[in-house]
Amino acid sequence: MSRKRVVSATINGDLVEFLCEPRQTLLEVLRNVLELTGAKEGCSNGNCGACTVLMNGRPVVSCLVLAMEAEGAEIRTIEGVACGSHLDEVQQAFLQGAALQCGICTPGFIMQTEALLAENPQPSEDEIRFYLAGNLCRCTGYDKIVRAVQSAAAQRQQASHSTQATR
Amino acid sequence: MSTGQSRKYKVIGTRPVRHDGVDKVTGRAKYGADVRLTGMLYAAMLRSPHAHARIKRIDTSKAAAVPGVRAVVTSADLPEQGDRIVELGEGAANMPHLSSNILARDKVLYRGHAVAAVAADNIHIAEEAVKLIQVEYEILPPEMDVVKAMRSGASILHDDLRTEFASPSSGDSGPTNVAKQYLFEKGDVAAGFSRSEVVVEREFDTATVHQGYIEPHNATALWNPDGKITVWMSTQGAFSARQQTAEVLRVPVSSVKVVPMEIGGGFGGKIPIYLPPVAAVLSRKSGRPVKLVMQRADVFEATGPTPGSHIRLKMGVSKDGKIQAAEAWMAFEAGAYPGSPVGMACMCVFACYDIPNGRIEGYDVCVNRPRTFAYRAPGSTHVAFAIESVIDEICQKIGIDPAEFRLKNGAREGTRRVDGPTFPRVGMVETVEAIKNSAHYRTPLTGKNRGRGIASGFWFNVGLKSSVTATVNNDGTVSLVEGSTDIGGTRTSIAMQLAETLGIAAEDVNPTVADTDSVGYTDITGGSRVTFATGIAAVEAAKEIQRQLVERAALLWDCDPKAACYVDGGVQGPDGKRIGFKELAEKLHLTGGAVIGNGTSSAAQQGGAFGTHCVDLEVDPDTGKVQILRYTIAQDAGTAIHPSYVEGQMQGGVVQGIGWALNEEYFYDEQGSMRNATFLDYRMPTTYDVPMIDTIIVEVPDPAHPYGVRGVGEVPICPPPAAIANAIRAAVGVRMRELPMSPPRLLAEILKAQTK
Repeated sequence: MSRKRVVSATINGDLVEFLCEPRQTLLEVLRNVLELTGAKEGCSNGNCGACTVLMNGRPVVSCLVLAMEAEGAEIRTIEGVACGSHLDEVQQAFLQGAALQCGICTPGFIMQTEALLAENPQPSEDEIRFYLAGNLCRCTGYDKIVRAVQSAAAQRQQASHSTQATR
Repeated sequence: MSTGQSRKYKVIGTRPVRHDGVDKVTGRAKYGADVRLTGMLYAAMLRSPHAHARIKRIDTSKAAAVPGVRAVVTSADLPEQGDRIVELGEGAANMPHLSSNILARDKVLYRGHAVAAVAADNIHIAEEAVKLIQVEYEILPPEMDVVKAMRSGASILHDDLRTEFASPSSGDSGPTNVAKQYLFEKGDVAAGFSRSEVVVEREFDTATVHQGYIEPHNATALWNPDGKITVWMSTQGAFSARQQTAEVLRVPVSSVKVVPMEIGGGFGGKIPIYLPPVAAVLSRKSGRPVKLVMQRADVFEATGPTPGSHIRLKMGVSKDGKIQAAEAWMAFEAGAYPGSPVGMACMCVFACYDIPNGRIEGYDVCVNRPRTFAYRAPGSTHVAFAIESVIDEICQKIGIDPAEFRLKNGAREGTRRVDGPTFPRVGMVETVEAIKNSAHYRTPLTGKNRGRGIASGFWFNVGLKSSVTATVNNDGTVSLVEGSTDIGGTRTSIAMQLAETLGIAAEDVNPTVADTDSVGYTDITGGSRVTFATGIAAVEAAKEIQRQLVERAALLWDCDPKAACYVDGGVQGPDGKRIGFKELAEKLHLTGGAVIGNGTSSAAQQGGAFGTHCVDLEVDPDTGKVQILRYTIAQDAGTAIHPSYVEGQMQGGVVQGIGWALNEEYFYDEQGSMRNATFLDYRMPTTYDVPMIDTIIVEVPDPAHPYGVRGVGEVPICPPPAAIANAIRAAVGVRMRELPMSPPRLLAEILKAQTK
């Protein structure tokens, strides 16, 4: 067994230092060391997307990232999406649109959606479906998830217009 | 869209945000794998690399010697079961089979069969130690195919298994893989066929498919020195898991407490238990809590998929399009131990139609695959594929519109099923009418290689037992404690029924799913029963609260309780007196303390659920790939409590059905090893594979429920494979009779048709 090393990363805005073994994945460290259990383990080989987090703004399946690779990175997890007690537009849209049933895939879908909307604020249905195709949901049939993403995009658009208008 | 009545209710039919929603969009909800206890160990399992072998010897000494390893278990650590059958509420379980499925005893019967487990300080040590366990196997030939396994000379899984025939037979027929025969008959089948102008007989095969829930099975157990065992786990039924665990460990049921954590999907697959007894024994041996979580490959290889099947179906119809007779023969893979849903398949196969003369024969057959378990309307999707395909062919032959045929022959109130029961008020023909009148069906489909298909489906829906306890709080809210684990929003659908009955807002009810020590006995979340049966229990609890509140108001007014009654969210008394629910709740301390309503439901029988689906698709004739263009589902929900979650069940079921139809299957090699035990190779639908799924909620209230609820969870998965097969026929002229209708299979049929 290799020795543990110290890794520093910014996680949800806070500078965090943690100890990890070279073989540990970012997912394992998030869940078992840092107690951020919002990222879920569905397959541990990158196929289901339930463990998606943002690493330097890009969505990654944290089960395929070694914890050591997080050195110096900015990580955002589902726990860092709401601002205090205010849910963001994506979380609100999933709630209002009943876009979850069991909820195990929801954190991954929300993180992937955050990345999509940052990249493409007005995605078409086809673009949404393509961007989210790496996240599996077995409950909803995706209909309400895609609609929630559309609704979140519209909400965010509206919010940015009204901010511009008041400037 | 709802074709139901105008606003009859205040809460029912609205779309409140679910009570557990915020926890689930913020990552705070605790699922089974999120459990963490002080001093907790992590466990890993050793699983069989062979599909069929005798275990000669297991040596765990090297594993036990690894630093950090705290306990090792094999089947020798589980008590002997003898020849016991135990009633588990939703069916009987053969205990030696249940126990040896959890840890193999003398034989391994499928690849992935659990053989031993190790608990260690961390998962990496446990996984490394497991590899040091040495098992000597005597490899036996695997029997993988359901029809071949029935033949004499087949490799036998259980030396002591004898066929249980539908009618008692004489003498010992010898060892067999055929566990059970089912037989149902009605009328005179031969006469019915002789009266038929068109008779079609076809054979169908369906592949083994998995429920595919995203969360792997898990269990964390603590066996305390006082003999009390606590299990934290994801399960569809905490009480069922408690009893199965207690029976396997042969301890009193009351010494086990199951704490149901949030559950990441089940679809029937989280009714059986695999891990709790193993985690419990590891805990007893180590003196520490032990967490055991499956890997994805283990979930595929070792947890109940739904069976593959072989079905022969024959139907005779007179020239006017009336069904005269029908016959079905089917064999279902049970997997390693008896217990496939073939009996339910027999009861579903002809249920959508009025069939005067019928015969149904089914066989439950052991093969060297994981023990199959329930998957959403177990058995019904297989047989819907067969009958709905045959009906489509008949409609084509006699030139009748397939919706018209279903209206003419559809089951109605009073129709007697071939297997015996007579339907109460049901909504089969209403779902066909809804499709026939839909914008989708009325819009012609144009374009090359495009086709439209329709199909119907049936599921019983069960009642079983539920309990709730509702406590009125001083601030005018109600705490609702229930035993039904919530897989898809049932906290809210149950809370809404309590709110409706009390005349308060859904948001004023705080539902909690409780552990087995904290709520009355409740059967599994399955059989599309929770919103129906636990809903009835919630209505009962609300009525009990009403009764007590009337007494409290009478006390305040100093009048006879008989002179007061509960109306519209408050108590009405003599001389126009009235006090609202909230106001009365504030006065609870002055009028005698807590008001608690208990509710149970035990005997209610559901009327059954029907759905009819319509699909448009396009086939790529060069590759055999099918693209779903448009999909509409009409389903009888009785009364839709929360329409969004009813639609969600319909849409989710359809997409699972699309996966079953087009892509999903277990690939086994000749040695009986599954070759696609990952989500990459076991190809479930993604966002990019499906369009929006349009829903039509039909509401034909079920008289067995106070608000008319019918379970909605299961029946939506039944029609898709048949509807898609019928649409493929319309698109490219070939009839697919094998699932999945994957590109290579469909392309082969297209090429065959071209060379004819």
